[in-house]
Parts: sequence; structure tokens; C-alpha cells
Amino acid sequence: MTKVIYKLEDDISTDIIYPGRYMATVLPAETPQYAFADIPDLNKMLNDKQVPPNSILAGGKNFGCGSSREQAASTLKGHELVIIAKNFARIFLQNSINLGLQTVACPALEASVGDEIEITKDKVFNKTNRKSFDIIPLPASRQAIIDAGGLIQYTRKRLLERVKP
Amino acid sequence: MSQTIVQKILARAAGKSQVNVGDVLEPKVDLAMSHENAALVLNQFNEIYKGTGIVAKVWQPDNIAIIFDHRVPAESRKTATNQKLIRDFVEQQGIKKFHDIRGDEIGICHQILPENGYVRPGSVVVGTDSHTTSHGALGAFAFGIGATEMASVWTLGTVLNVEVPATIKVVVNGKLNKYTAPKDLILYLIGQISAEGANFKVIEYHGEGIKSMSTSGRLTICNMSVEAGATSGIVPPDEETERYLSEVAGVKDELNMIKPDDDAEYDKIIEIDASLLTPQIACPHTVDNVKPIDKVEGLKIEQIVIGSCTNGRLDDLRIAAEIIKGKKVAKGTRMLVFPASGRIYKQAMKEGLLYDLMEAGAVVMNPGCGPCLGVHQGALGDGEKALSTTNRNFKGRMGNPNAEVYLCSPAVAAASAITGVITNPNNGSN
Ligand code: SF4
Repeated sequence: MTKVIYKLEDDISTDIIYPGRYMATVLPAETPQYAFADIPDLNKMLNDKQVPPNSILAGGKNFGCGSSREQAASTLKGHELVIIAKNFARIFLQNSINLGLQTVACPALEASVGDEIEITKDKVFNKTNRKSFDIIPLPASRQAIIDAGGLIQYTRKRLLERVKP
Repeated sequence: MSQTIVQKILARAAGKSQVNVGDVLEPKVDLAMSHENAALVLNQFNEIYKGTGIVAKVWQPDNIAIIFDHRVPAESRKTATNQKLIRDFVEQQGIKKFHDIRGDEIGICHQILPENGYVRPGSVVVGTDSHTTSHGALGAFAFGIGATEMASVWTLGTVLNVEVPATIKVVVNGKLNKYTAPKDLILYLIGQISAEGANFKVIEYHGEGIKSMSTSGRLTICNMSVEAGATSGIVPPDEETERYLSEVAGVKDELNMIKPDDDAEYDKIIEIDASLLTPQIACPHTVDNVKPIDKVEGLKIEQIVIGSCTNGRLDDLRIAAEIIKGKKVAKGTRMLVFPASGRIYKQAMKEGLLYDLMEAGAVVMNPGCGPCLGVHQGALGDGEKALSTTNRNFKGRMGNPNAEVYLCSPAVAAASAITGVITNPNNGSN
């Protein structure tokens, strides 16, 4: 069980999640420090390491719209956040799946900062307001990558199958 | 069964006779493009091979393109070092479609690919850049992917788990007026359907307004289709496609002039009358916050930007130079121009366009992404407003979250440079 640590509006772009001026920083180990660099209180909260793993960022519709920069997924993954939003932009969603960042599409979610949340296979349960909300499941095709532990592992498996005598 | 153009392209690339919306395929990739983020792709590519005992080798060096554009010449030690790493990799893997910081070679990836004939109708193009949608202008199914996904493409030569997307058909009737541009058309459409209106879908463009449009304009429209969330935009190839590929890109081989079936099934059909359109402005901080120009005319602008993969082409520079020739950029406004490629820069020089722009007070910068993404040049000061022909106005996009970016066509940008306020080029006062 985890808490909502911050609420964001609709159309959060990858420029907000990971501003373009840090794009020369690419390695997943180095990107987390710049998460939400232009939202100073959120950036500070994350960098001060006061946020336990699996804490929840709640967004609106079209979360992760804009650029294909994978840093936007790796920077959030680095803080072990879970993103719940009404829906996600395509490339951001795919990047998250590929890197193992947990995203939950939950169009009707009602939650405030501090609310305690439990996520099951098909529901988000808000323990604070005692309401439960449906999750839109990922297509089965994406699940295969998650099950393999991410796209690196998945592709490595495929590569090894290919070279097998 | 009747199929859309993307269904046909995907069926071919996945070795099937036909495919349905929602089918999951693993299509072969004809072209895999990256820019400086190849540094991350490279890292992930090596990760895939780690511990396998197999020497890391890309599947097909001739199907890979790498173009330096986002931060050229390098703005920092980090970028320069990334670029160096990529150069070594390109050499070692034998990648020839590589565009370094050099005369005719340089340019924004979404201009380099078409002008060098790297994109063909009917092909599958992936790029580690969201505006890879641009290449649908030449009848390819082209879409953006992340760096790890590209590392997977470099390894396997296919994109894993592609779901056949539904298609929205946009029919553009009538023709655009002189100072109303393809940019206005696409801004209008995004304003109508919203920033997520085409999420996970393809937009297929039809009608007289598209038929009569140059490839340059089609590139603008497909480029910005992603701002409506579209996986890709696409224009079925026609005589103009053939003309562009043979005259501009020097392509001599036979083309696959693939077309959608007349009775293909569409998610929805949207009709637009281009002849009724006026110039459009996307206001801060979302691209779908679009207003007709008369709603924002007169707004003071500190920085005018003409360029980018959306509007840094010859047509764009020509119209801007035509409007501004013999006039001056208003006091208190600065005007930055960055042509989309070295070839365009040279041609614009030959035609005297850059001379006219500079005479008026513009600063012409080197080809590349320049101020578009706010890393390199042309950052905004606190409280400043930019009017730009680029494609995104997100908060912080031009390097400053306390500034505002308005998006427009090159004609509007040029007319507004003269007055220093948002100005309709049709009003003739300039
Ligand atoms: S010009 Fe701007 S939008 Fe186009 S590729 Fe460069 S950064 Fe991206």
C-alpha cells in the first residue's frame, strides 16, 4: 500500500517530466536527478529521497505527451514511482513498459495528495475515500515485455533464440 | 478485404496478405533513424548483448540512419562526447547514412531523410524522435519509438508488438489561400480534435487541398500529426511524391505507389474546407489551444523564430523573405532563422533569401534544431513571448518555464516580425 505524493494536471508533456536542456544526460543511472526540474517542489521532494518506492504520482489525461525521449520514463523509474493517469500518450507508455516503469490507466480515479492507495490487477482502491476505480488493462502484447522483465531482457531472449543452432 | 494504406504497409512488412485493426505484428523495418540520442540507443544495444557471448552487430547497417541535429555544433562537453561515441560506433558498424556536422550533410533528421531519398512510399520507418511521423508525407508508415525499442530494432531488424492502428481519414477540400499555409491547416485540425484526439491512431490525408500541396507542406502536416497524439500521419503517394523523390531526392528506382482501398474502413472521417481557413495560432502551453489569428492579433512578441523540422524548408523561407524584403524587424523584437538543412541553407543563399532576411534584421543560424527544444540557442527570458514556426509550445519548451511560446506559420511569423506584435499577413498593413 502506498500514498499519492503529488497531483498533476492534464497533458503533462515530456518537457515537464524531463526538460530538453538535460537531454545530453542519457544514462538511466544519471537521469533521476532532473525529474520535474521545472516543478521545483516536486523535484526537491524526489531528490531528498523522502519518497518511498511505489509512491504514486497522479496525472490527468494524455500523460507523457510530446517527445519520444526515454529519459522521461527512466527518470521516473529511477525514483521507483507508480504513475496513475486517465490515459497515456503512446510513446511514453511504450517506453515505460520497456523500462519497467509502472503505469496505471485509471480514467475515473478520485484521489488527493496523502490518500492511501492499493492497486490490484483490475482496480485502484482508494483506502482514504473508500472508493474503488477500474483500471484499463494493457493489451496482452505489452504484457509479454513486462513478464520478461523489460525490453532488454525480451530482446536478448529473442537474440539467443535466433543464434541457437 | 478493403484496407487502409497503413494496413497494407504493415501486412507487407509482416509477411501477411491482410491485417485487421488490433492485430499484433512484428513488422520488418526499412529504415531506423536516430539523432544524438543514438548515444542512449548504443548503451541499451550493448546491454542487450551483455552476457550473451555474441559480438554486438547491428542487423543491417544500410537500414540505419544517424543524424546529428539536436545540439549542433555541440553545446556542451557531454554532447560532444556523446557525438564522439556515436561517430566511433558508426565507423565500426559500417553505417553509411550518417550525417555529421558538415556543409551539405548537416540538417534536421526530418529533412535529411526525405531530401536524401532515404524514405520510400510503402516502407516502415521508425525513429527515436516523436516527429518521425513527418515521413508519412512520402507514403511511408513512420512513427516514433524510444531508445531501448530502437536498440531492439538494431538487434532484430523488426519492431516488436506493433498493434495495427485504426485510421482517421481527413479530407481537405478546396485550396489554401496565399497567406494561409499547411501549418494553419494542421493547427486548425489539432485544435478541433485535441492533443489526444488521434492517440494510438493514424491520420490519412486526402482531398484537393492535399493533392495540390507540395511535399514540403505535406511534411509539415504529417510532422505535426503527432501533436494530436497520432502514431503517424500519412499521405497516399501521388505524382507530387514521384516528382519530389526524383527531382529533389534523386531517387531513380521504381516506387511502390501503394494506395488505400476506396472502401477501406475508417475510425472516422473529418472534412475541412481549406479555402475557408484563416491563419491559426497555438497559444501557450498546449498545441491544441488553437485560436484564429484575430483573437490574438496585437500581442507583443520578443522573439520570432522561423525554422525547425516543421517549417524550415525552402517554401517557408521563400514566403518569409517575400514578406519581409525591404522592411525591418521591429525594435524590441529579435528574429531567428534556422534553415532545416545545409542544402536548404545553400539554396536559400543562392536565391538571396538569407540576404533579404538579414537585411531586415534577422539572425540566420546554422541548420539544426536550434531554439526549438530549448537546449542550445535562442532561449527565452523570464516573461518573454516567442512566436515560432516550430511545433511545440509546452511549458519550458524554449528553455524557460516562465516564458510563453505561440506557434504559427512562416507568413505570420514574418509579418509579425515587422510589427513586433502578432499580425495577420493578409491585412496588408506590413
Ligand atoms: S526541430 Fe524541434 S521538433 Fe524538430 S526534430 Fe528538432 S527538436 Fe524535434
